[in-house]
Amino acid sequence: MESPGRGPPPRRPGGGGQCEGGQKPGAGGGEYRGLNFPTLDIATLRAVHKSIDAAYKTFSRNYGDAIESAFDPLLWLLIKFEWILLNAPWWVIVLAIAGICYAASRRVRLSLGVIIAFLIIGVLGMWEDTMRTLAIIFVATLIAIAIGIPLGIAMSRSNRMQAFMTPILDVMQTMPIFVYLIPVVMLFGLGKIPGLIAVVIYAVPPVIRLTNLGIRLVDQEVLEAADAFGAGTWRRLFGVQLPLALPNIMAGVNQTIMMALSMVVIASMIGVKGLGMPVLQAVTNQYFALGLFNGAAVVGLAIVFDRVTQSYGRRIQEQRQS
Amino acid sequence: MTAQTHEGIHVGRLYKVFGTDPASVMPLVHEGIGKQELLEDHGHVLGLRDINLDVSPRSIQVVMGLSGSGKSTLVRHINRLIDPTEGEVRVDGEDMLALDAAALKQLRRYKISMVFQRFALFPHRTVMDNISYGLALQRLAKPERLERAARWIERVGLQGYENSYPHHLSGGMQQRVGLARALATDADILLMDEAFSALDPLIRSDMRALLLDLQHELHKTIVFVTHDLEEAIEIGDRIAILRDGEVVQNGDSQDIVLRPADSYIADFTKSINRGRVIRVGSIMEPLKPDLSGPDCPHDISVEEALPLAVASPGGEARVLNGEGEPVGTVSLGTLVRALGSEREHDRAAAGIAGQAAEAG
Repeated sequence: MESPGRGPPPRRPGGGGQCEGGQKPGAGGGEYRGLNFPTLDIATLRAVHKSIDAAYKTFSRNYGDAIESAFDPLLWLLIKFEWILLNAPWWVIVLAIAGICYAASRRVRLSLGVIIAFLIIGVLGMWEDTMRTLAIIFVATLIAIAIGIPLGIAMSRSNRMQAFMTPILDVMQTMPIFVYLIPVVMLFGLGKIPGLIAVVIYAVPPVIRLTNLGIRLVDQEVLEAADAFGAGTWRRLFGVQLPLALPNIMAGVNQTIMMALSMVVIASMIGVKGLGMPVLQAVTNQYFALGLFNGAAVVGLAIVFDRVTQSYGRRIQEQRQS
Repeated sequence: MTAQTHEGIHVGRLYKVFGTDPASVMPLVHEGIGKQELLEDHGHVLGLRDINLDVSPRSIQVVMGLSGSGKSTLVRHINRLIDPTEGEVRVDGEDMLALDAAALKQLRRYKISMVFQRFALFPHRTVMDNISYGLALQRLAKPERLERAARWIERVGLQGYENSYPHHLSGGMQQRVGLARALATDADILLMDEAFSALDPLIRSDMRALLLDLQHELHKTIVFVTHDLEEAIEIGDRIAILRDGEVVQNGDSQDIVLRPADSYIADFTKSINRGRVIRVGSIMEPLKPDLSGPDCPHDISVEEALPLAVASPGGEARVLNGEGEPVGTVSLGTLVRALGSEREHDRAAAGIAGQAAEAG
């Protein structure tokens, strides 16, 4: 169950010899008349690839263990949380989730819907996988918020920081996910930690962006008033800027959760247990129903998270207006 | 005028230039470069030029001007929301520009508070929490904070709205919150940046009455920014008129209306009801010893004095000073003449002369 069975898990030995045969042989050759682009010859190109790979491999060999142990607290958190979700009686969890849902949204029908969704998931035999997915989503979201909000604040305070971060965030959001799975796996092997890191990298940009945006949109006059009454930087930040940016920040958290959920299936490719595993199994074995059920469970989780965070965001905003 | 008294606000030789490198263009500014030229040839905006202003304690100084004249910029120099390019700002003798960040914060918490044009209330705090904001910054204990805020809520007439959010209130009520928030800190100095400009005319005059009423009992030093001359005259002990970042005239309402410094100000004063603004004391003639006629106090308006003069047989009345001693005379002619501005007299005289010339 730990890995999809192919190849030894940590630091794949064959990793360096990739693109044997120089991927598309036709690219530099003259098979098509339009393609006589002045390409580097295959030997040079391969040398470039190899030297980058070698450098990264040396890095991961030297520092991989140290970096991995730095993530131990997160692993501990994830394992504990997963343990609680898997060992608590199912009805306690259903009630707790419905309670959180009601506390955040104050909507009875939504809370009932959540209960029903989780009951169906349980009846269809996906309880364990759902709990595992819930655990990783929860921890990944916590990490994303813990990283994202301070970064967003830093971005909002300095135009330089914003200019520096924006292209990085753009790359994080457009780079195909599989591409940054490679270095993460090379560094950490397969398992929970690389999965968590991949999910966080993929999911953190919205909360950074929207924290930055939310703070920048705070009315300048209100900030001036805070200044005029002698508020310092911290009081201004925590007393005025963050509370006023909260609806936007919540929108960012919401998107972050959605993106984390969408990573579940891909994360299962590097050994993260949960709803993604059966989906992956279903894809490789053409089990349509299995894929459909587990996919539907992901959708169910997504709807629950989405509605709860959104209606919480809306509630804070409504409190102030109209 | 009140050169260097220790109390009050002193602004001396103040310059403010906005742009990337204000210091580099200061020599040009001192040479008297025009605002337009500075912007077009050097890319800097002249905000304020050589402002000298002394505000005596416990008085209301109005700063008046059209938008873009620099009035809001000027008032923000007093609590250093804006730093000057050059010049001096003193509050009760203390050099504002020498204060470090901590001292400045202290000063803003305890000594100078501010009311804003668009209220600038905290939308996520209730009326009560808005008003006690400054008190929280003063680190007052919660019960005392609430008690003091409650007192101000009552004083500005917002009982029953303690737990409302600003969005639930009308503009006039929001500005009452703004005013209470500023007054609650017990600061001596109150800066009011177009505080009533965003309100409806009726509400605005209510608010003016409230302010004057409060000032009557509190005696704050108030700097009140407005673009409305009528408001300036009603509220201001002194009125400084700003144009293109320069003070064109600084005087009391009588100076402004009776002796406008230039045609720019004369234009401003045209629409003013002179009969109600001009005081008898400012237009009286020397006392005629033989006059006994009806008496009128020096601080009543021309409008109020007219019936007195009309009723008197010689068309004249004696003007009494604050102690009730006769100090001058006004005649019906003087009173009526005061109703028209100098300029209008000139124009009328020219018209009559012209007609005479045509006839001849």
